[in-house]
Amino acid sequence: MTPMESTGAVWQSVQAAVQASTVAEDVALEHGRQSKWRIDLAPELVTVRNLTMHFPVTEGALFSREIAHVKAVDGISFTIRKGETLGLVGESGCGKTTTGRCILRLEHPTGGEILFDGKNLVDLDQKSMRALRQKIQVIFQDPYSSLNPRMKIGQIISEPMKVHRTEPTKAARDARVTELLRLCGLDPRFADRYPHEMSGGQRQRVGIARALSVRPEFIICDEAISALDVSIQAQIVNLLEDLRDQFGLTYLFIAHDLSIVRHLCHRIAVMYLGKIVELADCDELYGNPLHPYTQALLAAVPVPDPDLERMRGRRIVKGEVPSPMNPPKGCVFHPRCPLAIDSCAKNVPEFRELRPGHWVACSVI
Amino acid sequence: MSRLLEIDSLQTYFFSAAGVVKAVDGISVHVDQGETIAVVGESGCGKSVSALSILRLVADPPGRIIGGSIRFQNRDLLKLSDEEIRKIRGKDIAMVFQEPMTSLNPVLTIGRQLTETMEQHLDMTHDQAIARAIELLGMVGISDPERRLRQYPHHFSGGMRQRVMIAMALCCEPKLIIADEPTTALDVTVQAQILELMKDLTQRLDVALIIITHNLGIVARYADRVNVMYAGRIIESGTAHDIFHHPHHPYTLALLRSVPRMDRPRRGRLDPVEGQPPDLSRLGAGCSFYPRCSFAVARCASESPPLERIDGGHHLAACWEAAKVAGSLTRPS
Repeated sequence: MTPMESTGAVWQSVQAAVQASTVAEDVALEHGRQSKWRIDLAPELVTVRNLTMHFPVTEGALFSREIAHVKAVDGISFTIRKGETLGLVGESGCGKTTTGRCILRLEHPTGGEILFDGKNLVDLDQKSMRALRQKIQVIFQDPYSSLNPRMKIGQIISEPMKVHRTEPTKAARDARVTELLRLCGLDPRFADRYPHEMSGGQRQRVGIARALSVRPEFIICDEAISALDVSIQAQIVNLLEDLRDQFGLTYLFIAHDLSIVRHLCHRIAVMYLGKIVELADCDELYGNPLHPYTQALLAAVPVPDPDLERMRGRRIVKGEVPSPMNPPKGCVFHPRCPLAIDSCAKNVPEFRELRPGHWVACSVI
Repeated sequence: MSRLLEIDSLQTYFFSAAGVVKAVDGISVHVDQGETIAVVGESGCGKSVSALSILRLVADPPGRIIGGSIRFQNRDLLKLSDEEIRKIRGKDIAMVFQEPMTSLNPVLTIGRQLTETMEQHLDMTHDQAIARAIELLGMVGISDPERRLRQYPHHFSGGMRQRVMIAMALCCEPKLIIADEPTTALDVTVQAQILELMKDLTQRLDVALIIITHNLGIVARYADRVNVMYAGRIIESGTAHDIFHHPHHPYTLALLRSVPRMDRPRRGRLDPVEGQPPDLSRLGAGCSFYPRCSFAVARCASESPPLERIDGGHHLAACWEAAKVAGSLTRPS
C-alpha cells in the first residue's frame, strides 16, 4: 500500500467513526445550520476570475532589471455569495494572503478581475477604491502589530469612521465605539486604554470592532485566530459567527488550521503554490477529499484522541513546498504527489467539476 | 524502566519591577528512560520556563530557581557547578527549540555548528566529527549531506532547519531531548514529517523525549504520559488515555471541549474557556483557574487544591471537585 492509499483508508475510517458517533443533538444543530442560510441561492458578492499576482524579482541597484517573477497567485477563480464564508486554506507561501491583499487592493494584481457587487476592483482609481474600502474590511493575524501602540483603543476603533466619514460627530463616534466594544465582548471602559494593557484575545476583539466600525459587507479574516491561545480561539470563532449571523456578513476566511476552517466555513478552497487545487462545500471537501494534496493536508492533522490517533498509520507527504519563483512545470504538486504519472510533469491539470460543486485540478483522479 | 529525570517541587520565579512572577510554582514531573511525555498548556503557563529550568538556562536576573530539585541520573542538576552543568547541556540532555532560524547561528555553516558540539563534548577530532555529522544529517533525512554541511542556515527551509536542529540534538547520543514547540512554526505537512522523524529516532535510539506544546492533537498522537499546566502549576497528569478520555480537571475538560474536532460531526457552536488567562504576578490564594471555572465552589476561592491521586493510580488532578468534573462527562451538560 502506498502512503497515500493508507491515508485515504485511514481518513475513511475516521469518517466512519464520525458517522457512528453522530449524536442526535449534533444532527439537530446541523439541520438548523443548513436551514438558516440558503447561501446557494444568495447573489454573488465577490467574483474573482483568473487572478494573477506576479511579483518581479530584480537584480542590480541602479539599473535594476527583472530577472524572475514570484508567481504568488497564478490564475485563480472563485466566487463568494452574500452571507457566505469561504475558507482559503494552504501552507505558507501558497498565495492565500496575497489573494486577500489583492481583493483589498493593497496589491495591484498583474492580471484577472475581481468583481465586488458587480464593480471590477482592478480597474478602479484610488478615489473610488477608497470609497469602496468601507464595504471591505480586514482582520489581521497578529493582534500585537496590527494595533498602533500609541493610540487608545477608542481612537483605534473610531479611525475608520473618521476616514470614511460615517459618523460625523465625535459624540456619535464615541457612542459607536461603546456599542462596538460591547458587541465584541469588551468592557466599554477599554476605550481609554492602550493596546499593551490588553491580552491577545482582547486585542483581537479590538481588531474586529475596528473592522466592523464602518458597517462593512465583506470582511477578510487573514489568519485572524492563528496567533491566539487554544482556549481563546474558540471565543473569537464564536464571536465571528455571531457577528456574521447578526449583520449578514460575508467572510473570506484565510487560515491554515483545517479544523477551525471546517467549523466556520460553508465552502473551502485549497491553495498550493499560487493555484487553487480543490474547491468544494465544507462537508463534501472533508468527507470526500479528491486532490492528493488536500488528502495529505487532512491526514497530517492529528486529532485530539489518543486511541484514534494511534490507529492512524504514517501519513506523510514527502518534501516541502517548492519556491514560487521557480514552480514545477505541469502540475505544481507533482514532485510531492504519490499519484503522479509522467504526464503530470508536462501538462497543467484542468480545473474540473468532478461532482456537483466540487472542483479539482488533478488529471490523474 | 529506570527513572531518568525527576523534578520535585520546582519553583522558578521572575523578579520584575511590577512584582514577583511565579512562572513555575512547584511542579513535579518524572521521565523514565526512553519514554515520551508531553507538557501541554497555553502561552504563559510556565511550560517553556520549566524546560529551560531543567538545563538551568533561565536568565538570572530576572529569573531564579528558588526551590525544588531536578534529579537527572541521580544527580541534582541544581547543585552542580556551572562547569558541570555545561557538560550535561547538549550532551546528556539536548534541546530542540521552536524557531530553528533563531536557534541556529546565521554566520556559521551547518557543519561547524554540528561539529562544535561533538568536539566540545566527545573529544573528537575535526575529521571524526565531520564524518559523524554527515551520518547524522543522513539520518534526519537531509539528502547530499557532504554538500549541505558547507551551507549556512539561510540556505535551508524551515523544515530542513528543524531537521538540522534534531541532528544537533542527537549528535552526542543524549538520554533526554527536550523539544519546546518543535513544529509550531512549520507547515502542517512538514510538521507531520518532523514529528514522525522525532518519534522514530527517539524510539530507535532509546532516547526519552519531553514535548512541550499547546497542540492537543500532537499530544494525543505522540505522548505516553501528559502533564497539563495552568498558571505555573501542573493541574492534571496521567496517561494520554486518562487525560483525553477521563479528564478530572475543569481546565483540561474545557480545553478539550473548546477545540473543533475533525473526527466529530460539526457543532453549532464551540464551547470556549471563558475569561482571560491569569496574571502570574497577581495570583490569589485559591485555585488559579477558579475565576474561569464552571465547577467552582466557595472553597476554590481561598484554598489552592493539591495535585492528588485519582483512584489510587498514576492519574493526578488538582481540583476540589474532580469527581464532579469526571462525572459531567457521562451526563452531557
